[in-house]
Amino acid sequence: MSDDISDNKTNGVSRRAVLAGGTALTASLFMPKGLRAADFPTAEVNTTGLAVTDDTVTIGILHSITGTMAISETGSVQAEKLAIEQINAQGGILGRKIEYIQEDGASDWPTFAEKARKLLVNDKVASVMGCWTSASRKAVLPVFEQHNGFLYYPTFYEGLEESPNVIYTGQEATQQIIAGLDWVNQTKGAKTFYLLGSDYIWPRTSNKIARKHIENFMDGCKVVGEEYYPLGHTQFNSVINKIRLRKPDVIYAIVVGGSNVAFYKQLKAAGIDMTKEKPILLTISVTEDEIRGIGGENIDGAYACMKYFQSLENENNLAFVSAFKEMWGDDMVIGDVTQAAYLGPWLWKAAVEKAGSFDVDKVREASPGIELTSAPEGYVKVHENHHLWSKTRVGRAQADGQYEVVFETADLVEPDPFPEGYQ
Amino acid sequence: MFADYSMAELGAIFAMQGFAGLILFSVFVLMALGLAIIFGQMGVINMAHGEFMILGAYVTYLMSNLFADYMPALFSIYFFVAMILAFIASGLLGLFVEWAMIRHLYKRPLDTLLATWGLSLILQQTYRSVFGAREVGVSIPDWMMGSLPLTDLIEVPINGIFVMVLAVGISLAVYIMMFRSRWGKQVRAINQNRVMAGAVGINTEWTDRLTFGIGCGVAGVAGSAFTMIGSTGPTAGQLYIVDTFLVVVFGGAGSLLGTIASAFSISQAQSIMEFFLSGSMAKVLTLLVVVGILMIRPQGLFSLKLRK
Amino acid sequence: MQSSAFLSRKEMIGFALLAALIFIVFPMMLDSFRLNLFGKYLTYAFVAVGLALCWGAGGILSLGQGVFFGLGGYCMAMFLKLEASTPENTSIQSTPGIPDFMDWNQLTELPVWWQPFYSLPLALFAVVAVPVVFAFIIGVAMFTRRVGGVYFAIITQAFAAILTILIIGQQGYTGGVNGITDLRTLLGWDIRTDEAKTTLYFVNGVLLFAVLFAAQYVRKSKLGRLLIAMRDQEDRVRFSGYNVANFKIFIFCLGAAFAGIGGAMFTLQVGFMSPTLVGIVPSIEMVIFCAVGGRLSILGAVYGALLVNWAKTTFSESFPELWLFGLGGLFIAVVMLFPNGLAGVWSEKIEPRLLALLGKAPADKSAPDGAPAE
Repeated sequence: MSDDISDNKTNGVSRRAVLAGGTALTASLFMPKGLRAADFPTAEVNTTGLAVTDDTVTIGILHSITGTMAISETGSVQAEKLAIEQINAQGGILGRKIEYIQEDGASDWPTFAEKARKLLVNDKVASVMGCWTSASRKAVLPVFEQHNGFLYYPTFYEGLEESPNVIYTGQEATQQIIAGLDWVNQTKGAKTFYLLGSDYIWPRTSNKIARKHIENFMDGCKVVGEEYYPLGHTQFNSVINKIRLRKPDVIYAIVVGGSNVAFYKQLKAAGIDMTKEKPILLTISVTEDEIRGIGGENIDGAYACMKYFQSLENENNLAFVSAFKEMWGDDMVIGDVTQAAYLGPWLWKAAVEKAGSFDVDKVREASPGIELTSAPEGYVKVHENHHLWSKTRVGRAQADGQYEVVFETADLVEPDPFPEGYQ
Repeated sequence: MFADYSMAELGAIFAMQGFAGLILFSVFVLMALGLAIIFGQMGVINMAHGEFMILGAYVTYLMSNLFADYMPALFSIYFFVAMILAFIASGLLGLFVEWAMIRHLYKRPLDTLLATWGLSLILQQTYRSVFGAREVGVSIPDWMMGSLPLTDLIEVPINGIFVMVLAVGISLAVYIMMFRSRWGKQVRAINQNRVMAGAVGINTEWTDRLTFGIGCGVAGVAGSAFTMIGSTGPTAGQLYIVDTFLVVVFGGAGSLLGTIASAFSISQAQSIMEFFLSGSMAKVLTLLVVVGILMIRPQGLFSLKLRK
Repeated sequence: MQSSAFLSRKEMIGFALLAALIFIVFPMMLDSFRLNLFGKYLTYAFVAVGLALCWGAGGILSLGQGVFFGLGGYCMAMFLKLEASTPENTSIQSTPGIPDFMDWNQLTELPVWWQPFYSLPLALFAVVAVPVVFAFIIGVAMFTRRVGGVYFAIITQAFAAILTILIIGQQGYTGGVNGITDLRTLLGWDIRTDEAKTTLYFVNGVLLFAVLFAAQYVRKSKLGRLLIAMRDQEDRVRFSGYNVANFKIFIFCLGAAFAGIGGAMFTLQVGFMSPTLVGIVPSIEMVIFCAVGGRLSILGAVYGALLVNWAKTTFSESFPELWLFGLGGLFIAVVMLFPNGLAGVWSEKIEPRLLALLGKAPADKSAPDGAPAE
């Protein structure tokens, strides 16, 4: 388990190769020259000096593997490495194998910016899979825009952003939130909501959207409480009492990190049995990954609203889950963000092949309209605004740590990072 | 805010809120006792206190797996075994750390802070390497999760009661050890005058080591108990460290009674404010009040002597 | 400045070597990206120099220097953010002309206390003044009541925790956990280009030397000697009729001012400011820089900041897992084996031998051991 995210040694070769500054210097190490690589001469597919050789292309992986965020970001790193391995097994991109340079953001935003600059300026990576928190993305964004890098960002997030240098493979807030609220209102008859979150921008913005939707678009529904706790807070008994006092139909919880575990354990201990659905607990921040820390028995009966659950039964997903477990171990679980991270390399591959070039400008141009029919979540498509069209689903947490999918939107939900009427 | 509720409901809520405050108090006491022993009696600042707690939590995690796999019949009582082992594991690590590191630094208390900070980094990375970067889920026996309905409206969480009983038990044990045992007498003697204590035949080296070990062991028990209410991950120990230090300093180092009084006042303040304000503001206000009082009374609530 | 008394011959060589390293060796050997990184490391050196005065000379260990670093940095960032938030740049917002994070949090006008930061002179003044005022308040409360040592350390730590929670909680006014990001220009000068970063590196270096000279001046003055006397025998100084608290407050404020300047330079060079630089962890790391360099030596503090950060970057690029072991081990080793840090190793171990070798003539030497010159 210890080695699962740290096999840096395997890419030592690539780093040296890159640092050697070579374009064609290190050709022909491992790969038999495929026919297709010859069809795409390096000089043509790489006109901007990226780290592309005749048979390799180098990308960056930039996540926290130390510090508090390592808990969450580990899954993303694993998924990205799996995707890269699978793409390489299929012959790579434009006949070139993907090599990666992994950097550690160390849960520290300035470090993220520093490492992003290193990847783009020193290593000349063709694209970067990375970041998890909004803060880390905000920190690297100016770097990517200045040096014209290309980032695939996997996390569901608050929206309000649309960078030409980022593809957002997770859902933005309206995509994730609105369908779930409508569902709980229509099928469960919920009228009153208690909004709860960790104190930073994603929960606050998400709750803002939730509140606008509840108050403006849902008849007779209201918010009876809204509350934020510092990141890392571990004592929730007071707020649980407040919830008892207000008797909401729905606790809408966007608690993250270590606080999550404390919140659900204390909720259960306080005698709030979520399987009775009085109140209903609806969250957008607990994936299967988080349930591992919380313990399935402590969150049994809660609902989560996101675009992917490990229990989805389609062929793509079954293959993805078994490949993931084969690579990283049978005890692994896969959450929404992990799946979104897995999409990154595949979306990039599709865009590069459509563009016939690794050049960032051409990949960017090719990106809108890219479809993936092989996505574990089903079918996704890149919108003009660099977000993904995706379905939104509601899952009910089971004691075994998995979600049972109880609802899914009929159509793909359009991403709308700057939603009118929700500002 | 309260207009819509009946008196019975309000009474129930306030009773439960009072109880929430008591649980928080117990959590603070458990967190702080180990540190109070080490900091108060030895003047050593153990920044790795949180990591010693998490060691206890990981021991509990291992035990829960072990019992679930090999002795499922005894699973409902594994927690007690785990707590004892957590005490032993953290205590032994404490003894080792004292021997390898702390004993060379008694004359430089500020330096123990840096060295133990280094230790905490090493421990965090060790946990990450051994148990993985993700949080681990500790399964708790069913009887410990859930609540006890006192009346129709009042329910008290069982794990809360458990933490309270544990806090009382450990406080009593520490009190007895400190004030009724030979070791306690020696510790207090050393605290008052190290040289004289040595001169009258107290083995100061060994007493120090034991004190540090016991303090760490208590931290381990606290960590073990906290698997019921919090998360277990490589960096979870850092969630507790600031609160812990504040409780000890606010109480006045050197006074175990002070630590308990300070845990009580901070927890009540925080729990009451959390009820009327938003969580973040409650936290900031609590911290500000504590710092404000410390500025007026820097020696803490209960203190034997003024420090400079 | 009267150089003969101000700098001994040995110190002059030390200063000259450091100047050569910062102004000649680094710019010649490093590409623009690495030079910018070293610029970032040097901003921490401001804090470390301040700590060498407070802690090494004065015996006051503050675990809250991140607060002052952060305040300085935030003051700078507020100015830059206002400059970046022109109505044209922010036309997609519901209220153009205010920083983006305010718009996201439904603020419709700029808070009053942001207004002064439209002016560069006021902002620059605030970079120093705000940390100093904070330090003054803390210092008066603490030192006049004779709080010191461990207590002071932990209380300053609590301040770091409080300020972090406040900044994150008041995100409409502060940018929250994201910090203040996407800073672009300083009076129209694009600070994101490589040339700008190189220029800022040299500005940073010059400021660092100004701070070093100020620190040296304090050390050589009567105040400096009093500080050391206070550290070693506070009561005797007090009984001699000196007001110990005032000296401590002064030196603590001075350290805060240095840290504030460092924070502002950090913002300029890195392009954003975030609460992760305010909290407990960075504050402790800053103490580590000082400890590694040698808490008694202001030059050592600079080398400490450079060495630790350089090692951190280098190791974490290659062995992210081992790095934490290395960092933790470094702290322990420095504390246990080299309590006076690099400067101690230099003056106790290496210099005497070098002098012996050279027949006691301290001729021009290569960079001091441990200096991260590669």
